[in-house]
Amino acid sequence: MSSYSHPARRRHLGDKRLIQMFIIPTVVLLILMNVFPLIYSLYLSFTEYSAINPTPPKWVGLDNYKKVLSDNLYWHNFAVTGRYALISVSLQMIVGFGLAMLLKEKFKGSGLLTTLILVPMMLSPAVVGAFWKNIFNPSFGIFDQFLGYSDPNTAPEWLGDPDLALWAVVIVDVWMWSPFVMLLSLAGLSAIPDYLYEAAAIDRASAWFQFRRITLPQVMPLLLIAVLFRTIEAFKQFDLVMGLTGGGPSLLQGTQAVNVTETVSVKLFRLAMPPQAQTGLSSAMAYVVLIIIIAISNLYIRALNKVREG
Amino acid sequence: MATRASAPSAPVTISTRVDKVGLRPKVTRAIRAFVVVILTVLILLPVVWMVMTSLKSPSDVVAVPPKIIFEPSIESFIFLVTERVQFPTRQEADEFRARDDLKWYEKKVAERGQKITRVGDFPKQLRNSFIIAGTSTIFSVLFGVLSAYAFSRFKIPGEGDLLFFILSTRMLPPVAVTIPIFLMYRELGLDNTYFGLILLYTTFNLSFSVWLLKGFIDEIPKEYEEAALVDGYTRLQAFRKVVLPQAVTGIAATTVFCFIFAWNEYAFAAMLTSDATRTAPPSIPSIQGVGRIEWETIAAASLVFLLPVVIVTFALRKHLLRGVTFGAIRKG
Repeated sequence: MSSYSHPARRRHLGDKRLIQMFIIPTVVLLILMNVFPLIYSLYLSFTEYSAINPTPPKWVGLDNYKKVLSDNLYWHNFAVTGRYALISVSLQMIVGFGLAMLLKEKFKGSGLLTTLILVPMMLSPAVVGAFWKNIFNPSFGIFDQFLGYSDPNTAPEWLGDPDLALWAVVIVDVWMWSPFVMLLSLAGLSAIPDYLYEAAAIDRASAWFQFRRITLPQVMPLLLIAVLFRTIEAFKQFDLVMGLTGGGPSLLQGTQAVNVTETVSVKLFRLAMPPQAQTGLSSAMAYVVLIIIIAISNLYIRALNKVREG
Repeated sequence: MATRASAPSAPVTISTRVDKVGLRPKVTRAIRAFVVVILTVLILLPVVWMVMTSLKSPSDVVAVPPKIIFEPSIESFIFLVTERVQFPTRQEADEFRARDDLKWYEKKVAERGQKITRVGDFPKQLRNSFIIAGTSTIFSVLFGVLSAYAFSRFKIPGEGDLLFFILSTRMLPPVAVTIPIFLMYRELGLDNTYFGLILLYTTFNLSFSVWLLKGFIDEIPKEYEEAALVDGYTRLQAFRKVVLPQAVTGIAATTVFCFIFAWNEYAFAAMLTSDATRTAPPSIPSIQGVGRIEWETIAAASLVFLLPVVIVTFALRKHLLRGVTFGAIRKG
């Protein structure tokens, strides 16, 4: 190395500028389009301001946060999102992991079938939502027919019935995203060393025992990633609801009418956009959502690092 | 581990798995294959239904009970690319139909008592989608590959924090930044421009692109470039002529993932675009029929819109896993 000291040093200097050139566009873009907007909306969240009003933002301290966290109207949206996330993610885990167990050992054509199963998750949720509206229609849709309701008058109205609408969103979400869980589970399953099962077979361990003591613990890290990833996505749920139900139908809860599938993101969008345009209040709500998601993301990134190292 | 170490060195050519000998595994495998086929059909049913709906005539679409067997028609695709009006009276419609200077598609529409007034909005929206998704993909992959290379090959002060920061921006719920971006864009006049959405999608894909490509570049041995550097290549030449060709698969996979995200994006497009730059995702759910909900048109639009993505899914199936996990998992 010493005999090359001069060119090496020149190269080193060149490298330094090269690194800057290579990284700066990324960092600048992220700061401009992510960090700056976040700081701006943090400020707005402490003000009373409407984007369609010429009055400049007026500082109101924590008022917006108090309102978001104490008003039942907003709690409803958080409750809807939480319930939806819990049910939807649990079902996706069961269906996705089940599919992976079936596809774990290869057979003729299993590769093609795996790819076909992945198609739903590549589609646009808003478009999928729009189309499932047709599928859920009680008279000419196929969903109720499939369940055996042939009379449109008695068939369940998935999107119009306040008791069923959230389930309709869950069904479509599970349809779209179970393949994702399957994909992660398959990766985990294929990484389990064969000799573990061989040893278990020699010991005449039952299939259930093998599943509980070998399969499950070995795929756990990846399943955890799937749970966290899907939970984050569930908290961001927006497109699918907009395409499918638009947040409705509404239900009288006490004296207030609430929209049964209105997730926090949908509510936020409605609050922020004209005609409501409550910019300050919606910024505060966005921050509450953001903090929840950051908390889950932290878990996610930790799990990711564990898998990367292991 | 002990079993491994004490295993005989001669290759074992027959299965030593006690549980894999005999007839039963074969039978269970057949049953499993059968179950998987049934489940796959079930999963694809909504997509198949969509294809069927797009090929139905307006009356078949709303038939009760739903028709499985029907006479295929391509009316929906004519509806999709045209803007039409209904003739106010039957008489006028019949008179129009009787004219002999009508093109075949005009005739088809005339049979429904309608007249084509102009080309519809969908072709333009599809074009907007291509322009915006395509351009933003090019930029996010370009900036992504540069940053990924720098992160992969050099010690950068605060590297861990910087990478964490980059990844965390991907976790942001779009709605959290939509409000300030909406205000910002309005101030700068970027709302309803191609540039505005391209900038936004580029940034949102960048974090993903950096992480995914870093995984791919990490796998290219450093020695290749070092050999090139010793041979008198500059760092930039080594990057261009040694690293890039090796990273082609990774770049292709990243390109496609970025494209799918930008292609499917809804929230920003709904908020920041209107007529001139509106992309397809916010438009399809709000397709207005003439006098009724044109399900066959919505189905046709969805189908045309999904086609690129489905093709891409097949082309990409080997890389899907890395793509959906930010490249954290090496093989599927």
